[in-house]
Amino acid sequence: MKTIEELMAIRDNAKKKMTVREDTGDDCTRVIVGMATCGIAAGARPVLNAFVDEIAKRGLHHVTVSQTGCIGMCQYEPIVEVMEPGKEKITYVKMTPEKAVKVVNEHLVNGNPIVDFTVGAATK
Amino acid sequence: MYRSHVLVCGGTGCTSSNSPAIIEALEKEIADRGLQEEIKVVRTGCFGLCALGPIMIVYPEGCFYSQVKVSDVPEIVEEHLLKGRIVKRLLYDETVTMDDVKSLQETDFYKKQHRVALRNCGVIDPENIEEYIAFDGYMALAKCLKEYTPQQVIQIVSDSGLRGRGGGGFPTGKKWSFTAANEADQKYVVCNADEGDPGAFMDRSVLEGDPHCIIEAMAICGYATGASEGYVYVRAEYPIAVKRLQIAIKQAREYGLLGKNIFDSGFDFDLHVRLGAGAFVCGEETALMTSIEGNRGEPRPRPPYPAVKGLFGKPTTENNVETFANIPQIILNGADWFASMGTERSKGTKVFALGGKIRNTGLVEIPMGTTLREIIEEIGGGIPNGKKFKAAQTGGPSGGCIPASLMDTPIDYDNLTAIGCMMGSGGLIVMDEDNCMVDIAKFFLNFTVDESCGKCTPCRVGTKRLLEMLDKITAGKATMEDLDKLEDLCNYIKANSLCGLGQTAPNPVLATLKFFREEYVAHIQDRHCPAGVCKALTVYSIDADKCRGCTACARKCPADAISGKVKEVHTIDTDKCIKCGVCMETCKFGAVTKR
Repeated sequence: MKTIEELMAIRDNAKKKMTVREDTGDDCTRVIVGMATCGIAAGARPVLNAFVDEIAKRGLHHVTVSQTGCIGMCQYEPIVEVMEPGKEKITYVKMTPEKAVKVVNEHLVNGNPIVDFTVGAATK
Repeated sequence: MYRSHVLVCGGTGCTSSNSPAIIEALEKEIADRGLQEEIKVVRTGCFGLCALGPIMIVYPEGCFYSQVKVSDVPEIVEEHLLKGRIVKRLLYDETVTMDDVKSLQETDFYKKQHRVALRNCGVIDPENIEEYIAFDGYMALAKCLKEYTPQQVIQIVSDSGLRGRGGGGFPTGKKWSFTAANEADQKYVVCNADEGDPGAFMDRSVLEGDPHCIIEAMAICGYATGASEGYVYVRAEYPIAVKRLQIAIKQAREYGLLGKNIFDSGFDFDLHVRLGAGAFVCGEETALMTSIEGNRGEPRPRPPYPAVKGLFGKPTTENNVETFANIPQIILNGADWFASMGTERSKGTKVFALGGKIRNTGLVEIPMGTTLREIIEEIGGGIPNGKKFKAAQTGGPSGGCIPASLMDTPIDYDNLTAIGCMMGSGGLIVMDEDNCMVDIAKFFLNFTVDESCGKCTPCRVGTKRLLEMLDKITAGKATMEDLDKLEDLCNYIKANSLCGLGQTAPNPVLATLKFFREEYVAHIQDRHCPAGVCKALTVYSIDADKCRGCTACARKCPADAISGKVKEVHTIDTDKCIKCGVCMETCKFGAVTKR
């Protein structure tokens, strides 16, 4: 180890791997993936992992990803809810890993919910 | 990228309650479900709430599972880690609110704490240097080597007001400046991790949970004082701490944070670990150095002080683990930040190991100046079984006790000294009305008699005589004259012993005499132990009015001391009675009384 920069590079890299352990206050965005039997059967696991990977890639420290049980609309699984502080909850249905990547980029990064993927669009 | 981290306590407390088996089961269950790429299991150091171990925290939710058993693991993996359904029955009661899970930091136990020395314990994987670096680890060392001169480092430590956490409370900055002022071809830094007080485990927890912070702090001390070599003297009874420290030293060497020319500054520093063979006296600084040198651990007269002639006859700085643990934070956050915590003459925080008659046994770190009442009633959760608080013992065999009447004393070095107590290394043993104070004094004397190294007579013979006097008192054979002799002898030993062990050995007796003299008098004059602990003075008897002659006690008595026919009043033969108390526990009518 020769320079502070070297140490800082290790620190920043290590920190990224540990964001999941940060104390998430009330002002963070939560992505919740339905992981009941119905969700898992419909392919919720790859969706969950796609969210985790993409959020890490984008370095979105204010977003946590967690799971929940059955929401009750099993025919629309995998279901993902995005809860941003002070905003209405957005529910995405029939998710795939590809859609997940889009949601991270469009919704979480750019702030534009993807209406086409929501429960509202699916039940029309 | 892992979506979830499961932190399991791997401190000594939780390890003894089976956390390694839990980790093993967890890893197996996770692998069985193919989740090993998604979930990471981390073995951490102590979380502090040892009473509730084994402890597990699951992130990102931050769920705090307590008293987890191996048989609970499949449910945690299936329900929580796979399906995201929190296993509510395993959550720590206090973190469960109506429909939400509270953060651990909001519970009574953690709310009032302020963690500086323990900041990484239970947070990082102590066997992974990168996790330490993620929390600004080694940044303080880099800052010192790149931006400060050794004098500036000492100035920062002096300005912070940090005092030795091993018990004495000597200003750390001053200690460093003494060693720095002495010219020598070789100087040393020594870390005293020979934590020997019964009931104290702060230093062990720091070494187990955050070993790198000690390495970093010792290197900083080496830079400030001009030392290129350091020794950590740690008890062999702390195998987990030793192992993690050795792993940490190895990693630090690999990263070039120990060794030659650290951060290209021309500063060399390396560390060695020495294991103590379990002698209490080796916690005394000169005895400790004698032991590192390979000799029998006996203290040396001071002066010369270690700063002049210490380890291998060279100038040496010796600090305790907790003292070192504060150093990197002081460098990173500044002296003013540290000095803003605590009281006028005691800055910063202090770690206490809570033990004895208290609900939340464990490790707490609080700002100096917090009252004993806050520690016991709020953080510690009070005394279990509805009993009344009687006294708290601080400082182990060198310390004294704080009675209930002084519970609102703000705890710092000077206030404790003023009431005839001492901060000590931080063991805090809580006693309730069932504890006999004479018996407590006897317990600590027993310890010092065993641990006296024998070099000087006042300690070797004096403590032995003290113990005999206490034995006489608890046997009900003492006179009031003996009480005066006891006090005289205490003062004699204090004044004439060679090292700290002997000089402080009478403290438990003096403190209990000061605050609980009436208990000593009761033992002597009334031949009565008010707490009912001293067996020789306890008499069991059966209340004739309450006894129904059910024979239950007579059947249970292991000494056949109870006689009586069915449906007739029973009696206890006091000559045969061994005072085990089984009859009292057995009687359904409350007829057996103890006096």
